[in-house]
Amino acid sequence: MNEHDQERIEQLLKKSLPPIGTRAGAELRRDLWPAMLKRFEAGPTAVPWFDWALLAIVAAWLVFFPGAIPVLFYHL
Amino acid sequence: MPVLEQPSDLLRQFCHGDLDAFEALFREHQSEVYGWIVRIVRDPAAAEDLTVETFWRIHRAHARFDPARSFGPWARRIATNVALDHLKTSRPETELPGDLPSPPLPEPGISEELRRKTARAFGRLPPKLQAAATLALIEEQPYKEIAEALGISTGAVKLRVFRALRLLRKELKQQGIEP
Repeated sequence: MNEHDQERIEQLLKKSLPPIGTRAGAELRRDLWPAMLKRFEAGPTAVPWFDWALLAIVAAWLVFFPGAIPVLFYHL
Repeated sequence: MPVLEQPSDLLRQFCHGDLDAFEALFREHQSEVYGWIVRIVRDPAAAEDLTVETFWRIHRAHARFDPARSFGPWARRIATNVALDHLKTSRPETELPGDLPSPPLPEPGISEELRRKTARAFGRLPPKLQAAATLALIEEQPYKEIAEALGISTGAVKLRVFRALRLLRKELKQQGIEP
């Protein structure tokens, strides 16, 4: 991709997705402290068992195929 | 709530797990954290939840915070990770969220269909590339700030932005769109 292509795609992107930071949506409309207190009450989220199972599978996969480590880091 | 006169005192008390100090920091930084997150996820409702999640993580990590450093950049770094996690888990066929208070006016010189396809293709990019390109190109944030928030060098940010544009172009080409 040359510089000209890059410039064109950049312009297309800017026209398609206008910045949100300059709009009203970027301003916080309410105090979130009450929501924070609710989060405290809820406590830490438990990790589902299938996440642990997935982690175990990935770990086993990396042990048997260490060449896949760079691929994993790329996708993380 | 006790009077916390010096910012450094506030940060030290936060480090020791003081809830009043945490509340003071929350109230001082919630708008800034929200503003950063909403720029990445482009969804105000999700950004509110993610702001709370960010401060939850901040509270849990209070012991690891160095009070000699600034709170803002540290909070922004955590907020970025929370926003990236959100992009990873909710991979929508992204278009502009519908609940923005002031929807954008149609851009002259670009059809609605092209805008929609571009937005959708952009939403399918890997979250790290999408976040870097959103902050750098759409929100026009300084590369240095983006780099700090992502925990990478400015060169790496530029590389991510370039890769995002290249992937976007490829995606659009596959849809028969020649930008």
